[in-house]
Amino acid sequence: MNALLKHRLTWPVLALVLLLLLNQVFRADFLSVRLQDGHLYGSLIDILRNGAPTILIALGMTLVIASRGIDLSVGAVAAIAGAVSCTYIYTSPDPSSLQTAAVAVALAVVAGLVLGLWNGFLVSVVGIQPIIATLVLMTAGRGLAQLVTDGQIISVSNDSYQSIGAGFVLGLPISILIAAAAFLAAGLLTRRTALGTLIEAVGINPVASRLAGLNARTITMAVYVFSGLCAAVAGLMISSNVTAADANNAGLYIEMDAILAVVIGGTSLAGGRYSLVGTLIGALIIQTLTTTVYTLGIPPEVTLVFKALVVIIVCLLQSSRARTLLKQRRRPVTATSDVKVAI
Amino acid sequence: MSVVTRTPAPLNRTRISLLEGKARYAPTLATVGLFLAMFAAGAVMYPGFLSGQVFLNLLVDNTFLIVLAVGMTFVILTGGIDLSVGSVVALSMMIAAALLQAGWNPVAVIALVLLTGATFGLLMGLVIQVFEIQPFIVTLAGLFLARGLCYVISVDSITVTDPFFTAMAQARIPLGGRMFISPGVVIALLVVALAFYVLHQTRFGRTVYAIGGGESSALLMGLAVPRTKVLVYGISGLCSAVAGVLFSFYSLSGYSLAATGLELDAIAAVVVGGTLLTGGYGYVLGSLAGVLILGIVQTFISYEGTLSSWWTRIVIGALLLAFILLQKLFSRKVTVT
Repeated sequence: MNALLKHRLTWPVLALVLLLLLNQVFRADFLSVRLQDGHLYGSLIDILRNGAPTILIALGMTLVIASRGIDLSVGAVAAIAGAVSCTYIYTSPDPSSLQTAAVAVALAVVAGLVLGLWNGFLVSVVGIQPIIATLVLMTAGRGLAQLVTDGQIISVSNDSYQSIGAGFVLGLPISILIAAAAFLAAGLLTRRTALGTLIEAVGINPVASRLAGLNARTITMAVYVFSGLCAAVAGLMISSNVTAADANNAGLYIEMDAILAVVIGGTSLAGGRYSLVGTLIGALIIQTLTTTVYTLGIPPEVTLVFKALVVIIVCLLQSSRARTLLKQRRRPVTATSDVKVAI
Repeated sequence: MSVVTRTPAPLNRTRISLLEGKARYAPTLATVGLFLAMFAAGAVMYPGFLSGQVFLNLLVDNTFLIVLAVGMTFVILTGGIDLSVGSVVALSMMIAAALLQAGWNPVAVIALVLLTGATFGLLMGLVIQVFEIQPFIVTLAGLFLARGLCYVISVDSITVTDPFFTAMAQARIPLGGRMFISPGVVIALLVVALAFYVLHQTRFGRTVYAIGGGESSALLMGLAVPRTKVLVYGISGLCSAVAGVLFSFYSLSGYSLAATGLELDAIAAVVVGGTLLTGGYGYVLGSLAGVLILGIVQTFISYEGTLSSWWTRIVIGALLLAFILLQKLFSRKVTVT
């Protein structure tokens, strides 16, 4: 029992369950999932579907934060990806074919990889602090997206493209399946190989890990490229869900949601330890929180206040200073260190 | 600025040696030089660009950004960052608009708005200092909170019809030769002058620089590090509130979505103005020059006519990058020989 209480995923899971139960209290059919026209429907499915872009971006963000970095540009990258793909479909001779959609997706993915490479280059080769390096793209990125769309909101009608964000396969939304595949791939790649440990090593001490023979530069580069890729795919989901590219508002504040999800999931912002499952739960908590606000009939814009409160509470819980203060109050004498080494 | 030694020494030992002595003015001088060059280029390219009023309009249109950049300079000098400023501007505008609509006295409204902004900043500073959480994440929460509170006040935009505010919006102070400035410019320049005095002539200002140069050294020197670190966020919050009032004078309304992304402009202005993001080096006058550069970019784009507004963001991003690289060059690690 004590071990369960101390497990770092216990509290996030508990929070998620409580939120879901709260919704169930206010809306009796909240937890029910029904099959209709061969698709699964229900609030839980909606949470997963609407949360898919956040989950994806938070995945990339987790690895970046584990390497003691941060990627503020993900929202802008998502907007650029949507802008690139929608503009390609809009201007292509055959805007509704599967082939056009495939090329559009490929272009957006390449854009995401290139932008991730750019961030990685600034951080690992030029040596700029991650917050600042990615701030450049955050500032310029939406301008670039508007440059691509020529300042317009580009609407497209392409069924194959629309299915990325709104389609169903085997009764499940495609966006969930993409997010799940990315989650599994990231999990296998980093936890079944040494890669995850290497990323954590770079996060704990880049210099020491380089001296120990790690190619810290390549690893740093790789996490930003992965983050760019995740952001691009999330951008595809967002734009395909509304079948339009909105350079100004697509993915606005999603970097904040992603960072929040990562922090809630127990990944330390100081780098060096991360939990992909925690991030997944964190992202679900945020999406459920948004849904709860709707359920309770509070104006949706007020969600920001709740998010802010969650960030503050979670950070306070994570802060070793706050823990020490709490402990001192409970038992005056304490010798245990709060530093956990987790892999 | 005298001490640059840091505890985990070997790599940092001579970190900023290229910025010692007179060379520490270099980034700021580069900014002023760039501004003059851009103004000269504009004068050559466009008829009517070379006029006092074009220059004064840079001030008139950017009063709120000047004040924001001043507050941000304090924070960045200590090595911190404040992402909440744009939202606090919007919150100040919303509070002002809502209270004026309810028939409050404008002076009381302004006093309350300034108090709210300062308190908001101080609270964030306290959380940062007491709980040792990164400034970035705390002010991010502040960004959410302030923006959310805007929506709590009203989702719709509120128009300001108060006679004092409209008078301030329309007032023009003639400078002779058909040139004029707005009262907001006077306030903004007063804020800059005050900040200049505080940073260079007071013990508090020296402590701000010392913290940026090396927090542990500052602490070991017996400086009031915790108090100063909390206060800089209070100053930034207060500046955001002043900027909110100035923005209200400018736009005569309160709107929850106002000033989104303004924090990026403020940070960009400070960096372009030559303040080192790692703290310890920089001048508030440089930040003023930084704001003028962002303003002249906008003026260029409106003069050019064929360029669309989104080029502003791209150019600001490029400038930001260029100046970060310049900083990197100036502060690169040099081995002692």
